Amino acid sequence: MESALVEEITKKFDGATPRESIDHPAVNIPVDLLLSVVEWLRDEKSFDLLMDVTAIDWSEDASPRFTGIYHLASTTKHEYIRLASNCEDDVEPELPTLSKLFPAANWHERETYDMLGIRYKGHPDLRRILMWDDYPYHPLRKEFPLAGIDTDLPAADVAEATGAKVIPAPMMGGPFHAPQTGAMSKREPRAADQSWNEAKPKPSTN
Amino acid sequence: MASETEISYGDIAGRAAQFESDDLHGEEMLLNMGPSHPATHGVLRLKLKLDGDVISGCDPVIGYLHRGDEKIAENMTYNQFVPYTDRLDYLAPLANNVAYAIAVERLAGIEVPARCQAIRVICCELARISSHLLGLGVYGMDTGALTTFMYTFTEREKLYTLFEELTGARFTTSYTRIGGLTRDMPDGWMGRVNNFCNQLVPIIDELDKLLTRNRIFVDRTRDVGTITKEDAIAWGLTGANLRASGVELDIRKAQPYSGYENYDFDVPIGSAGDAYDRYLVRMEELRESIRIVQQAISKMPDGLFYNDEAKKIFAPRKDKVLTSMEELIQNFMIVTEGPQIPAGEVYFEAENPKGVLAFFIHSKGGGVPYRLKIRGPSFCSLSILEHICPGHYMSDVPVILGSLDFVMGECDR
Repeated sequence: MESALVEEITKKFDGATPRESIDHPAVNIPVDLLLSVVEWLRDEKSFDLLMDVTAIDWSEDASPRFTGIYHLASTTKHEYIRLASNCEDDVEPELPTLSKLFPAANWHERETYDMLGIRYKGHPDLRRILMWDDYPYHPLRKEFPLAGIDTDLPAADVAEATGAKVIPAPMMGGPFHAPQTGAMSKREPRAADQSWNEAKPKPSTN
Repeated sequence: MASETEISYGDIAGRAAQFESDDLHGEEMLLNMGPSHPATHGVLRLKLKLDGDVISGCDPVIGYLHRGDEKIAENMTYNQFVPYTDRLDYLAPLANNVAYAIAVERLAGIEVPARCQAIRVICCELARISSHLLGLGVYGMDTGALTTFMYTFTEREKLYTLFEELTGARFTTSYTRIGGLTRDMPDGWMGRVNNFCNQLVPIIDELDKLLTRNRIFVDRTRDVGTITKEDAIAWGLTGANLRASGVELDIRKAQPYSGYENYDFDVPIGSAGDAYDRYLVRMEELRESIRIVQQAISKMPDGLFYNDEAKKIFAPRKDKVLTSMEELIQNFMIVTEGPQIPAGEVYFEAENPKGVLAFFIHSKGGGVPYRLKIRGPSFCSLSILEHICPGHYMSDVPVILGSLDFVMGECDR
């Protein structure tokens, strides 16, 4: 979307490019400029409300693999802007933290770290927030199966006493959708995750 | 330590000095509140650091209700995800359905007819009434006023009967589809909604009389959990919590969707930003919602309740599916491959009862979203707890929690 604000940002900050968007103004920002752009938007352009921090995983073999997405709003002018920043490292993705500019970023960044494994440089308290502390995976990454992965229980003593584990969810029977690519004759609707099916039996629960 | 200093028991100043030197006041206690506690309104755990009866630190622990909704959304078609939105803010499922449907429609670039928009507005506002009724009733209970809960729950029960008539379900409504609604309103339903609204007004007045000038209620909520204007913005609060702190931001006014610009209503704004103000704002919002519902009913437009043009988005009517080959194929494609949404990025915010519920969708085209992020207002409301709890008494915690009006289904997703 064409907008005067996008033009101003791309002129002022070297390397910032307009981003395709169908609703709000959107800009691609190089990682090292992200903090200064956000600070400028907050102080000069009254984008004082950080609505959302998230990221997109472009799949395992894409490079750059992760893009951080930020949504800022203005409580006085009722405008929105979307910022996007690619992580330079594909294996150990990292972005600068916004928690010094916006306290709201604290939890949002913890969540993005938990779900996608992006580390926020300078974050005061980068712990897991939705999963438990020792959980070994980042579930929103594209290679993580919908059913989940076999994992030990968070408490070792409970696991020892009960012999229980966190087992993948039975996905047989749905949710169904057809693949979006390929010849139509091959696009049979199938379960989104084939963790177990007729050919591969359900993992035993004991 | 005390036995080493010699003091006479007549010496009051010496006794006071001894108390000071004792470790009695310096010792902090860690108290776990929740994850299962009646005052935490769901599975929320608070790690509280107590100095006597005063809170010196608070660390909210969330995630006990995490179901991976975003992951699920990225693995199913757009319409298949509608029932999952019911379970976000499970106290106002209709409002979530509408927010999600509009988000995807923005992405697809389709407009729904005026009648559909008006029905959606009624749905959103009834959901707000339902959510606020529960929020206020339980809030009264948190502060020790049990009667309010009985009043509001009776009213919510009537609302659920109306929801059942409209959607077929009392709780998990799943009422919207991409490009429309599942069905039109049943005969006479608008009249019954109108009657409900009319009889709700005196009950809100009664609630008002019970709480607003109630000495116990006012004493327990005034100057408790105060959030300044700056803090509210910095921590990303939205909805009634933000407006109670004096910020005039209502998405229904700022960026009207679904035809909200056609209705005449006021946005209540607080001034102090304490628990009492948040209560007052919600109470006023109830009245405003009734105004909107009655306006929508009085000027309900005729026409279709779905977009007939969007052939690849909205499934054809069932009577057509059974008689026409063309429609049968179209129905099959939409059911199996999902509504075909073009590539793009959208961020849609809806003013829900708990605050701003936003959906960020990145689509690569086709029937399945590539990335769907849900911004739950309760998530942000809870993050401010560690900032506002310290300095308050232990008994203020349920009041603060109740006044923020959160729901864990939306916080954890």
